[in-house]
Amino acid sequence: MLLVIIFTIFAAITIISAGMVAFSQNIVYSAFSLLFTFFGIAGLYVLLAADFLAATQLLIYVGGILVLLLFGVMLTHKIQEVNLSNESMRLAPAAIVVLAFLGLLSIAIYRTQWPTVPVPELTPTTARIGTLFMTDYLLPFEIASLVLLTALVGAVFIARGRVKK
Amino acid sequence: MNMIVLEHYLLVGAILFCLGFFCVLTRRNAVAVLMGVELIFNAANLNFVAFARFGTLNIDGIMFAIFIIMLAAAEATVALAIVLNIYRQLDTVNLDEADLMKG
Amino acid sequence: MQHLIWIIPLIPLLGAVINGLLGYRFIKTLGEEKGKRLIGQIACGTVFISFLISLFSFIHLLLRPIDQRVLVNTVYTWFHIGNLKTEVSFLIDPLSGIMILVVTGVGFLIHFYSIGYMGHDEYDEQGHRYISYWRYFSYLNLFAFSMLLLVLADNILLMFVGWEGVGLCSYLLISFWYRKQANAVAGMKAFVVNRIGDFGFLIGIFALFWALGRHGIWTVNFRQIGEHAHLLAEDTILGIPAATFITLFLFLGAIGKSAQIPLYVWLPDAMAGPTPVSALIHAATMVTAGVYMIGRLNFLYSMAPVTLTIVALIGAATAFFAATIGLVQNDIKRILAYSTVSQLGYMFLGMGVAAYGTGIFHLMTHAFFKALLFLGAGSVIHAMGGKQDIRDMGGLRKYLPTTFRTFLIGWLAICGIFPFAGFFSKDEILWSVFNHSNPVLPFLPKLLWLIGLLGAGLTAFYMSRLVFMTFFGELRSEPAEPHGGHGNDARLRDQGDTGPHGHGDGELQGHGNEEVISLSPQREPHESPWTMTYPLVGLAVLSVVGGWFGVPHFLDPVFGGHGGVVSPAAETGEHSTTLEIFLMMVSMAVALGGMAVAAVMYLVMPELPDLLSIRFSRLYDLLLNKYYVDEIYQAVFVNGLLALTTASTRFDLKFIDGIVNESARVTAAFSAFNGWLDLRFVDGIVNTLASGTVFSGSRLRKVQTGQVQSYLFAVLGGVVVIILIRTFI
Repeated sequence: MLLVIIFTIFAAITIISAGMVAFSQNIVYSAFSLLFTFFGIAGLYVLLAADFLAATQLLIYVGGILVLLLFGVMLTHKIQEVNLSNESMRLAPAAIVVLAFLGLLSIAIYRTQWPTVPVPELTPTTARIGTLFMTDYLLPFEIASLVLLTALVGAVFIARGRVKK
Repeated sequence: MNMIVLEHYLLVGAILFCLGFFCVLTRRNAVAVLMGVELIFNAANLNFVAFARFGTLNIDGIMFAIFIIMLAAAEATVALAIVLNIYRQLDTVNLDEADLMKG
Repeated sequence: MQHLIWIIPLIPLLGAVINGLLGYRFIKTLGEEKGKRLIGQIACGTVFISFLISLFSFIHLLLRPIDQRVLVNTVYTWFHIGNLKTEVSFLIDPLSGIMILVVTGVGFLIHFYSIGYMGHDEYDEQGHRYISYWRYFSYLNLFAFSMLLLVLADNILLMFVGWEGVGLCSYLLISFWYRKQANAVAGMKAFVVNRIGDFGFLIGIFALFWALGRHGIWTVNFRQIGEHAHLLAEDTILGIPAATFITLFLFLGAIGKSAQIPLYVWLPDAMAGPTPVSALIHAATMVTAGVYMIGRLNFLYSMAPVTLTIVALIGAATAFFAATIGLVQNDIKRILAYSTVSQLGYMFLGMGVAAYGTGIFHLMTHAFFKALLFLGAGSVIHAMGGKQDIRDMGGLRKYLPTTFRTFLIGWLAICGIFPFAGFFSKDEILWSVFNHSNPVLPFLPKLLWLIGLLGAGLTAFYMSRLVFMTFFGELRSEPAEPHGGHGNDARLRDQGDTGPHGHGDGELQGHGNEEVISLSPQREPHESPWTMTYPLVGLAVLSVVGGWFGVPHFLDPVFGGHGGVVSPAAETGEHSTTLEIFLMMVSMAVALGGMAVAAVMYLVMPELPDLLSIRFSRLYDLLLNKYYVDEIYQAVFVNGLLALTTASTRFDLKFIDGIVNESARVTAAFSAFNGWLDLRFVDGIVNTLASGTVFSGSRLRKVQTGQVQSYLFAVLGGVVVIILIRTFI
């Protein structure tokens, strides 16, 4: 029963703050709501026995991506501009389509007979993940590092604009 | 409802996905659209981890989620670089004004 | 040896990467001369190494007993989904063994030739000097890699990767001098036309995969497909026998890639690329990929007699029609291009009568002599300073002795004169066609044989015309002198009279036939450097001896006894040998006849061609304009597609943006209409009509909003609609 309550809390945090992200009229509010969404998701990860992933979520999403997004907000608005508005457009048609899609997804979720197995014991995953990175997932791991490097160089190249000769 | 099962997580994921997609569809600000994309990524991740726990994916689901987080980070950097470039070129980050490919 | 096969394609890729990434640096740091030499060495060296490995593998293959001549090298598992396990693995059997030898051997000679041919300065249209030497060799190496991948692939997906790769390289190299718009357009045309074929090819692959999957066999591996192909015998897809359905769509891919009717239109335009590229890609290797594909999947084609008949028909028709177009063209490369189309037709003719070995045999000999002819043409163009019109040439045998002698060998080979390579392969094809029996249309094989024979005569005629007008007689104009030297062919040449729409060429025919140009010694055409003539000699040797090997017999293990000539010896006994010799005599006689007619027309009575072209001006114009096929395609497909696009645009916008704005607009229009109704009834209607037109016009543009989000919106809406349809209807 305790688990149910905790799940409900985290799910509520996630969904409500995600709703703020999607609906808030101020982009700074959106960004900070995103922080809570990430926290909520991290909590759900913990409930799902993914301890390492929860930590990663906090480190990378909250520590990295969110800060990056906030920088994005600040760099793309003139600093003296008070109105950090975040307008929406075509609200009604988007709502119709997205709600229809959500309905279909829910039907699919509840109609499908998911192949489940008995929930295993809670075991720490970090050591296993580390081993997997160096064995089965070695190639994807290396490629991931290359992708990150490329993204880094590419981002610098794109963002710095024209070089004065 | 006295047990949390796979379906609950999937439902949360679905709602998250739809909110994210809604955000992507309706926002004018490119940075806000990126936030929507992050929500979508998280929804996908949540599903992966849920399947890892309840389904047959096992630890592979978590590995997938880690790679997705990695890709999301790469995507965010490049996308923000592009947004900054758009801002410099067009002096706006409103996507409806960045329509140079308009027919 | 078996474990080294993967190196064969990898090394050219390495060369492409090195030259592509560092080539410019080489030239900048080492200086132009040294840098270019290094780039050339890398490009040729890589192909040469893979030639050596191919040769070793091939010898290794020969040393094995006949029924064990298969080398497989599995590099790694590409992907593994459910029961489908796809590997990156390479296969050398007699068929791919011959192909890799041709690709790397001829490829090496052409790489080598390119060092001399591409070595000169390059200028853009403003006269600024630029260097793209490294880009050229990088593309060429990339092509070698893709072609080897195509040939060596052990499964159809990997083959498709190579198939697309050679298409890409072909595009890149056709529009290599992209600063000239005609070249860029030619590249695009090749790409788009190939795409039509590839579309069919993909459908074929999917259908094959699906049809086997219905029997629980999920595989893309050639040998496994071959093992289980018999399961398809009873199947149908959409009411058509499965084998026929699959092979027809796969053949569509071959039609595009190998430039057969009706998709041959890209190949003549592809001559906009550098001449060595025409030799390598558009004569010797890439365009034969379709033939190779049929050979590789011969077990499927043998199950589909209808497809085989169509293949033979299209092959024969192409062989004949392309030859007729070749009769009156004046651009030396264009003549060779139509000749290539025609010879490819012969290969398909051979494939179409299930004599796969003879088709591959002709592929090989054609690679030798057509590469030789193209490189010889390159040498001629080089000497003429970029001129490509054979009416401007003449008497070049004095100035280009080596080119002349080697070109002569290529000419005899393509005309099918004993004992040159072309004779054997072409004759075996015709012999197989003659002996083929078609249960439904018993007269067809003999008819095809006659068409093939006629085509051979025409080939002999136009090739002789080319040789006589280029090398004999007197020089009719002096070499062009573009910026800084010689050999700037397509990139600076005005496409005016050789372009795709060469109307009105008739009046120009024979200009300057009589006058003799006197040249100062330094303006005389001169022989090409040794880097260009040595490959010519090498290919000339191959064109002579290439026909002496029993290739069809050697291929028997691959084609399960269908490799060689389908011998009717059992029924007809000794009679067949006499008959075969008699038919050989006939085809030789036809070839010699074609040559003799050309000799009369262009050596003895040079005024005769003009008289004929005036007498039969209709036919002449028809041929000169290539049966107006390009114009028809433009009118039917391009314009038709544009009309379809406009129509669907109109349809789309009511659907997507309409949901948002329609109601408001309709209300506005309606109230406006009401207002006008009060004022002036008639005027109101007129105005409404006008505003309606403006409205629909403005709506018309709106589908292409340029906004990613509206596209995404349409995507999600589409997904919802599709799911709804799938679920509830």
